[in-house]
Amino acid sequence: MNHVIAVIVENKPGVLARVSSMFARRGFNIHSLTVGPTEDPAMSRMTVVVDGPEMEQIIKQLYKLVHTVKVTEFEPGIAIEREIMLVRVNADPKRRGEILDAARVWEARAVDVGVATITFEVTGAPERLADFLQLMNTYGVVSLAKSGRIALPRDQKSAKKHLKSA
Amino acid sequence: MPEQLTGAEALIRSLEHEGVEVVFGMPGGAILPAYDPLLDSSIRHVLARHEQGAGHMASGYAHATGRVGVAVVTSGPAATNMLTALQDAYMDSVPLVAITGQVATTAIGNDAFQEAHTWGMSMPATKHNELITSADQIPDIIREAFHLASTGRKGPVLVDIPKDVLAETMTWHRPGEVRLPGYRPAVKGHPRQVKAAADLIEQAEQPVLYVGGGVVAAGATEELQQFAEMLNVPMVTTLMARGAFPDSNPLNLGMPGMHGTYAATTAMQRSDLLITIGARFDDRITGNPKHFAPEAKVIHVDVDPAEIGKIRPVDVPVVGDAKAVLQQLIVETERRGPQPDREAWLATVHGWQSAHPLSYVQDPDGPIQQQYVIEELHRITGGDATIVAGVGQHQMWASQFWGFEEPRRWINSGGLGTMGYAIPAAIGAKAGTPDEVVFAIDGDGCFQMTGTELITAAVENIPIKIAVMNNQSLGMVKQWQNLFYDGRLSQTELSPTVPDFVKFAEACGCVGLRADRPDEVAGVIEQALAISDRPVLVEFTCDPEAMVFPMVPAGGSNDDVILSREDLA
Repeated sequence: MNHVIAVIVENKPGVLARVSSMFARRGFNIHSLTVGPTEDPAMSRMTVVVDGPEMEQIIKQLYKLVHTVKVTEFEPGIAIEREIMLVRVNADPKRRGEILDAARVWEARAVDVGVATITFEVTGAPERLADFLQLMNTYGVVSLAKSGRIALPRDQKSAKKHLKSA
Repeated sequence: MPEQLTGAEALIRSLEHEGVEVVFGMPGGAILPAYDPLLDSSIRHVLARHEQGAGHMASGYAHATGRVGVAVVTSGPAATNMLTALQDAYMDSVPLVAITGQVATTAIGNDAFQEAHTWGMSMPATKHNELITSADQIPDIIREAFHLASTGRKGPVLVDIPKDVLAETMTWHRPGEVRLPGYRPAVKGHPRQVKAAADLIEQAEQPVLYVGGGVVAAGATEELQQFAEMLNVPMVTTLMARGAFPDSNPLNLGMPGMHGTYAATTAMQRSDLLITIGARFDDRITGNPKHFAPEAKVIHVDVDPAEIGKIRPVDVPVVGDAKAVLQQLIVETERRGPQPDREAWLATVHGWQSAHPLSYVQDPDGPIQQQYVIEELHRITGGDATIVAGVGQHQMWASQFWGFEEPRRWINSGGLGTMGYAIPAAIGAKAGTPDEVVFAIDGDGCFQMTGTELITAAVENIPIKIAVMNNQSLGMVKQWQNLFYDGRLSQTELSPTVPDFVKFAEACGCVGLRADRPDEVAGVIEQALAISDRPVLVEFTCDPEAMVFPMVPAGGSNDDVILSREDLA
């Protein structure tokens, strides 16, 4: 099962190497990892999606890194999780209209159109991207680029509402 | 008027501010600038013959004194030679600061002469490391390095400094407060956890105090003694905890595990509660963890939260410093009044002890047994010596047969099992505690890895003593080949004649002595102890066929302790 963790680290040179080295050394498996700035320029946010049952050890080992400030594991359903995907599909002129119609339903933007292909940009929750990709597979995916996941916890109040309505 | 210093001068001044009295190292190209202001410093420099030696010397110094050991070496091959010592210190939580020179910032990444990616290579072998990129950073990063090395779970910290940074000018400033927002090691245990631990202890009928090196690191031996006597429960002291509690106290069953005493291993196995303090359920203790102490609940006190639950699920985790948590446990236990009567459990455990004591036979006409040398050494010194071991059979026998009464008098490479540790570590220990007798107990295999550091001992006037237990083999490996590979000895028999250890010692400026027969053992030990102006090496020609028992084969169950060769038939 995939777990999503947010790791707030000091924004210092080499901090990504420290984190990835620790994962490699301890034999933990990274599914995806993204790094970027936070609202505080002294800190960076890593969003790591990991497989496997060793969550407690992973979090503890992350905390052992001196530049790790905070580690949060997101419970499923209470985080806003997003990925971005670029997907280039075969688009025979005869099927182009059909493909564009389908993409419109998914709010996928056509960002490049070639003689025989269309490239779409899709943003959203990972499941949504997976569904869109499945659909595109029926036309033939030529190439695919996908970001790692980013996530933020929902605001506590909205999280409660979200859980109630779910 | 602000003072202008070079980076090198700032480095040496920073080390002086940390109270460093001695550094172990070797100069070279990239670190050269730092060696110039060292000439004018109060800091003593011990010139090692190999950078790995410098690292182990710093480790031996730290073990013996409890202070941070410091090693200074150059870039490239010097830094890679240092890696073994760093990993060794990391595994055994030894406070160390290693300063490595680096090629100039302008050359980094260009495969320059003597360039190595020290920062990247040392990352998984250190608690923390830093590459300094400007001389202004030196005071704060050195302060931070010492703070990290010596607090929380202690460990090695490496600081890599490029040559141009050492040469450039900076305005000297005293380091500020260490600001590490992500580093907040726990000291006191959570009061609720301490209460929960006391609850479990009260209910336990067959508890065992499982004591590890964390107790020595925390300086918690007095608290341990008070707590153990209060509870009146048996205790096991791991390889890293020998000396944390007097061996002469009947509560101490000695070392548990692969080569532990039968009583220690079996007491853990039959226990209903392991009161774990500063220990980490190493595979050499647990054997196969699935079969380890099957009925025991576990209290685990450790300053490193990641150790808790890593191997063995716990019932009561207590994150905190061993000394602080033991003080809390003492107060809590006292408040609760008398402990349950544990005499029956103690009697059972002591029954195992008398049924299966550690034993060996010294035939007066046969070859020397290493256990006999260790016992004679103990008898003649009255136990008043710091023992520094290498890795292998001699190390296990030293741990088994030396009666340890005090902390920091037993120094060895436990976690990494670094052959060759003894000689340099003994030099470091003696440099830190010059008034103590420091006796390295080494094997002939180990000795040949780092024996050239005898030159350091002689030239630097650090009069250590070395017992080389010469069984003409890589004894422990040979033991495994005998036991698990049908006696097919592959590359484990060393030359019976080369090197000549006595001549080797003499060539290195030390005194060399030899005992070939049991009746010569006491005499050479007395001779060695009478010499205090030079290092003395004593070679003991030992039985090449001897094996270490008790033994639990790797991955085996601690229920199946092999007590002697006869058990194998």
